[in-house]
Amino acid sequence: MSSHSNRDAPHTQPPPDVVRIGSGQGFWGDDLEAPVRQVEGGPLDYLMMDYLAEVTMSIMQKQRSRRPEAGFARDFPPLMERIFPTCLEKGVRVVTNAGGVNPLGCGEAVVEAARSAGMAGRARIGVVTGDDLMERLDDLLAQGHELRHMETGEPLAPVRDRVESANAYIGAVPIVEALRQGAHVVLTGRSTDTALTYGPLMHEFGWSRGDHDRLAQGVVAGHINECGAQASGGNALVDWWTMPSMESVGFPIVEARADGSFVVTKHPDTGGRVSRPVVTEQLLYEMGDPSEYITPDVVADFTGISLEEVGPDRVRVSGARGRAATDFLKVSIAYADGYKAVGTLVYAWPDAAAKARSAARILRARLDRLGLAFEEIRIELVGWDSTHGHLAGPPPADIPEVQLRVAVRAREAAPVERFTREIAPLVLTGPPSVTGFAGGRPRVQEIMAYWPALIRKEAVEPNLDVRILEV
Amino acid sequence: MTTSDSPHPASAPGEGTARIQLVDLAHARSGDKGDTANVGVIAYDPADYPLLRELLTVERVKAHFGPLVKGRVERFELPNLGALNFLLHGALGGGGTVSLMTDAQGKVFSTALLRMEVEIPVHVAKRARGRGRMPAGESW
Repeated sequence: MSSHSNRDAPHTQPPPDVVRIGSGQGFWGDDLEAPVRQVEGGPLDYLMMDYLAEVTMSIMQKQRSRRPEAGFARDFPPLMERIFPTCLEKGVRVVTNAGGVNPLGCGEAVVEAARSAGMAGRARIGVVTGDDLMERLDDLLAQGHELRHMETGEPLAPVRDRVESANAYIGAVPIVEALRQGAHVVLTGRSTDTALTYGPLMHEFGWSRGDHDRLAQGVVAGHINECGAQASGGNALVDWWTMPSMESVGFPIVEARADGSFVVTKHPDTGGRVSRPVVTEQLLYEMGDPSEYITPDVVADFTGISLEEVGPDRVRVSGARGRAATDFLKVSIAYADGYKAVGTLVYAWPDAAAKARSAARILRARLDRLGLAFEEIRIELVGWDSTHGHLAGPPPADIPEVQLRVAVRAREAAPVERFTREIAPLVLTGPPSVTGFAGGRPRVQEIMAYWPALIRKEAVEPNLDVRILEV
Repeated sequence: MTTSDSPHPASAPGEGTARIQLVDLAHARSGDKGDTANVGVIAYDPADYPLLRELLTVERVKAHFGPLVKGRVERFELPNLGALNFLLHGALGGGGTVSLMTDAQGKVFSTALLRMEVEIPVHVAKRARGRGRMPAGESW
């Protein structure tokens, strides 16, 4: 383990033997205590935190349209106020995409938080901007960037007016630049989840975009880290009933070496488990073609990976191969696409499933008679078929209870609004033994649909910028 | 466990086959990309990977899910991990926030696939039986 006393000029020193990158959040809403356990529970060089899922950017964009200073993961600045002094003392640097659609606003809030924690003059925040294409969207379309939907091939123009957010998934180059400039916290917008892990490895070991195999290993490390405890026992199906102390689950830590090989582990005296089958489950999570895992910096091939248990809660990962990245970046676009609502009621024994189905039939007939135009009506019986559909078979004759769940979707808000008034009446005008309407009328939700597209790198990468904010 | 005498490529000569649920032979994790669910299926015993590969054809998986998967099924092989990865297109009711499904993100398509009944050599079935379920009497 090297010391990192001179952060501003790391390349004047030999690269460290091992770099430890811990995962602190797998999504916006993850265990708030996990990052604290990571920085306090043992040695660590970097804490990576992934806050962004496909729909998160549009939620943040909406928040920002109401309040210009919003639009980022608002949990992050108070978290930094809590952990920043420890991070600085132990030399842990934080790399995160908590910036959402307002990385600079997030950076300013972190500066405030750091000052509140008594760190004025002692730390630097690196803010990466340029991924946000919303204000450039019309120019880009005019320049011939059609932003066709990756699945359907349709051009974006017809839904342009309904677009709420548009961000390019950017890679690790600006993260490396911010680290080179001595940032203690690197804040990005829509950087890829994996770049938050392999960016620090590129910085520490001096890897470039040309180091294909090492970068591919970094991508695998990033894929393992990006979902938090899913790589250390959370949501693991294998022997789940034996998983120890999940109330204090240790989030994964990657211990990487300059050759790209790494060991996945977690801090001692934490719950969960890092084993070959648990890590394998995470490797397959949200996997497409495993020979072609595309990132902005490299295309990784997972089909040569080997996993080896080298100690308790230690799995060594090697063998990923890489090849040159493509000329494109993926763009995450969110657009308004109608309205939906979900209503539920609970029916009890006897004949619970039959009562729920009868209620659904009555409801449908009433909706038909009102002449409401829905694009879809979905009826599920929670407790029987809501997750596995017909594979669940017929309901047991004596099923103790089921929850009737009715969901509707429409282009306009009005029919959905009317639907929300049709659930409660079933309590007194439908089948018996019904309860569970304590939550009130269902809420009408605006749908933000996801539009994945590709854009040429040269339309985005020259606009990427790193700004250093001094605390 | 029922047995039959139908020949099976992975059987010892003269050995019969038995029916078990895939849940005893493999574990799995699933997730989403838009309207596509992926299911990674992992053999509990890496020695059973060739058997999984033979049993879980694209056609068989497509037929198992039936109306739950509107589009095509793709399969990718990861012999290095003893695993197969399936992409189930058109499985998530439009995906993301468009979907009206409880499981809009495809989180439990994994165990839906593990419901599949498979015919495997008796000696493998004997070893595997009960592997994927919480033992009776276990506390949680």
